[in-house]
Amino acid sequence: MTDPPDEETAEWLRCLGDGNPHRDETLERLQGLLLRAARAEVARRRGRHQLTGPELEDLGHHAAHDAMLAIVGKLGEFRGESRFTTWAYKFVVLEVSSKLGRHFWSRPTVTLDAAQWERLPDRFGADPEDHATATELVGAVRRAVSEELTDHQRRVFIALVVDGVPLDALASQLGSNRNALYKAMFDARRKLRAALVADGHIDARPVPTLGKRQGERRS
Amino acid sequence: MSCWDELDRFLLTDPRDVGCDEAIRLMHVYADLVLDHGSDRAATRYPGMAAHFRACGPCDEDLEGLLLAARG
Repeated sequence: MTDPPDEETAEWLRCLGDGNPHRDETLERLQGLLLRAARAEVARRRGRHQLTGPELEDLGHHAAHDAMLAIVGKLGEFRGESRFTTWAYKFVVLEVSSKLGRHFWSRPTVTLDAAQWERLPDRFGADPEDHATATELVGAVRRAVSEELTDHQRRVFIALVVDGVPLDALASQLGSNRNALYKAMFDARRKLRAALVADGHIDARPVPTLGKRQGERRS
Repeated sequence: MSCWDELDRFLLTDPRDVGCDEAIRLMHVYADLVLDHGSDRAATRYPGMAAHFRACGPCDEDLEGLLLAARG
């Protein structure tokens, strides 16, 4: 059973209710919060996109606007499992993510199926001077990708891991979604690891235990 | 850590991993747990989500953004 909402959440829900005399000003306040969050989120992700100036501002405005529409449309689905503002901010963060993913393809140098295998060792932190290890790693992974994966898994793996295409950008390009591509990658990772263990390239060991989030993020 | 170790870390899958849809569906609940009680408590309460955030760069990125926004 869900706990009753905190006081601030209850106030948001009361004021956003149909017929509440403060609804318009509350919507305006919410829009302001969403716009501020969208701008901060776009700025936080700089370095992972090439947007600047008016384009950046435009994306922030669109993300806040679309988040607002989603929130108003789904207000009845809010179950009070979190603070209202945390629930609302989720929409704006996801909008920023999705819009930046679509923007990725507007970069003139980006193509799918570039298959930049020579960059793979660098993606896993190989010593640039150690050519023998780099060659061995590329050879082993390339062989496992070719022999173990389905066509779809191979395409997804090469785009995401070899060519470094962001997941949301690939989903947008393939008309797919984040979950479906993650599932394809999850199965691909499992198969590739089994093949590399069987070949003796990496050791078999159990699944790691959970720990703190800090310092554990994958790029 | 060698590039083979890094590759191994990347390829390891956790069967508890809930996937992106579920992680996104409950991200706001997880975020409030992290903010109110810390990441360990959140991971204990939702181990499948913690496993997912450890492995999925985009969802983890979204969670980071959500935590920052919610902190204000």
